[in-house]
Amino acid sequence: MMKFFHKLGSPPYFYGFAGRLAPWLGIICLILLVIGLYDGLVVAPTDYQQGESYRIIYIHVPAAWMSLFIYMVMAVCAVLTMIWRVKIAEVIATASAPLGASFTFLALVTGSLWGKPMWGTWWVWDGRLTSELILLFLYLGIIALYNAVEDKRTAARSTAVLTLVGVVNIPIIHYSVIWWNTLHQGPTVTKLGAPSIDPRMLIPLLLMAMAFQFYYFAVVLMQARAEILERERNTAWVQQLPEVNGP
Amino acid sequence: MKEFLYMGGYAFYVWTSYGIAMAVLIINLVLPIGRRRRLLADIARKARRARRSS
Amino acid sequence: MNGQRSLSRAFLALLRRDLVLAVRQRSEIGNPLLFFLIVTAMFPLGVGSKPQLLQAMAPGVIWVAALLAALLSLDAIFRSDFEDGSLEQILLSAHPVSVLILAKVLAHWLITGLPLLLVSPLIGVLLNLPQGATATLLLTLALGTPILSLVGAIGVALTVGLRKGGIILSLLVLPLYVPVLIFGSSAVQTAAAGIPVTGQLSLLGALLLLALSLSPVATASALRISLS
Repeated sequence: MMKFFHKLGSPPYFYGFAGRLAPWLGIICLILLVIGLYDGLVVAPTDYQQGESYRIIYIHVPAAWMSLFIYMVMAVCAVLTMIWRVKIAEVIATASAPLGASFTFLALVTGSLWGKPMWGTWWVWDGRLTSELILLFLYLGIIALYNAVEDKRTAARSTAVLTLVGVVNIPIIHYSVIWWNTLHQGPTVTKLGAPSIDPRMLIPLLLMAMAFQFYYFAVVLMQARAEILERERNTAWVQQLPEVNGP
Repeated sequence: MKEFLYMGGYAFYVWTSYGIAMAVLIINLVLPIGRRRRLLADIARKARRARRSS
Repeated sequence: MNGQRSLSRAFLALLRRDLVLAVRQRSEIGNPLLFFLIVTAMFPLGVGSKPQLLQAMAPGVIWVAALLAALLSLDAIFRSDFEDGSLEQILLSAHPVSVLILAKVLAHWLITGLPLLLVSPLIGVLLNLPQGATATLLLTLALGTPILSLVGAIGVALTVGLRKGGIILSLLVLPLYVPVLIFGSSAVQTAAAGIPVTGQLSLLGALLLLALSLSPVATASALRISLS
């Protein structure tokens, strides 16, 4: 087992391994996505309070979960980068940042599209939406810093520090925003009308969440492969690749 | 079918949400594929040039 | 014992050096302060001068202006030392780097945070802040502006080697300032309404302790990366 992880840390091995794994993850994601969409849009019953508009939940909530999950992955990668200088961890963190920002953006946009019919306005300074907005800023800051530093290994280590600073701050930001919100907003609108959610509504939610997870794993591996290729373009193993060496 | 697309009057909000979600997912999927293809082509071109000149 | 004494001597020497440099170049002290005053003066011109409106906005305006003033002056913590090479000397020194960084951050706060604190009652008067809230305003700024310097130092350390570091610095640092802004301005608002604010103040104090203990370590490792 340890040997496997050790091998995974070497770029050529990881490049091949990720290339074989990504299509399978993609297929699983596609299956989950099709079932989840059908279940969520057709099978799940109409909400008695919000009507059909509640179906946005199947995008909104999984996207919000992913926005936090990807940050956690980046934080683990940051630790691996800072302590053991694992190259693959640098690459995965780099590849994750745009995906995390995308899911955060998605959570915000769908939240706004859901808010318009429910609250009557496109944007409410709701606690959870606001802390999601700050999370988006954190992601964009990480991406901006990575792009600004010329040397990519230095860039990866700089963003690792920033990611870890963010990890300490995210809970503080989250709870301070929630606290600020209850102070200014009064009781917030609870999104899930009933306290216990109907299982027929819950199953598509979990399916969509899993589909998003597999999507992330597949795409992050693909993005990581491209990143590895760019960083290692002058090494012998890249020159030996059949796509480079020619038939 | 018409009723399904109508979404109880919330069609615009629901379908825009799903549409944007799919667009974001597809863009993020296409970007690494294109990036890897361009990189490989570029590396291969440079390698050929290096072989020819040596 | 001996090591400890030489460490505190190094700390004080670094602090004195930065303060002397700042006093010689008066603009470093004056400009952020002037910026703070001008920004707060813009708000009544922008939104109108109704006393109730100004009073309701005053805590937020003062705190946002303080945030921006701190941001504007942050670059000075390490920039000149980076350019003349003395930052590398600090990193190479035998003393724990995080303690030396603490000296630099303290100097920065004394140069930019403390003057801001001293003029803030004046701004409170300009913005119709009730007399009763002035003490709270001073207290929150006293607890909050050191956090701004400490957290900002991490951002400066990450961007010090970059040519266009300034704008990126603000992208990195401003989201991290959110809790300070929330607790600081809410404490002043609450005090203006005549309600006790021990909760917000103790939260700010906790944040300050957290920043004091973690930020120098993060700043040190960020500096090592930026200078490598």
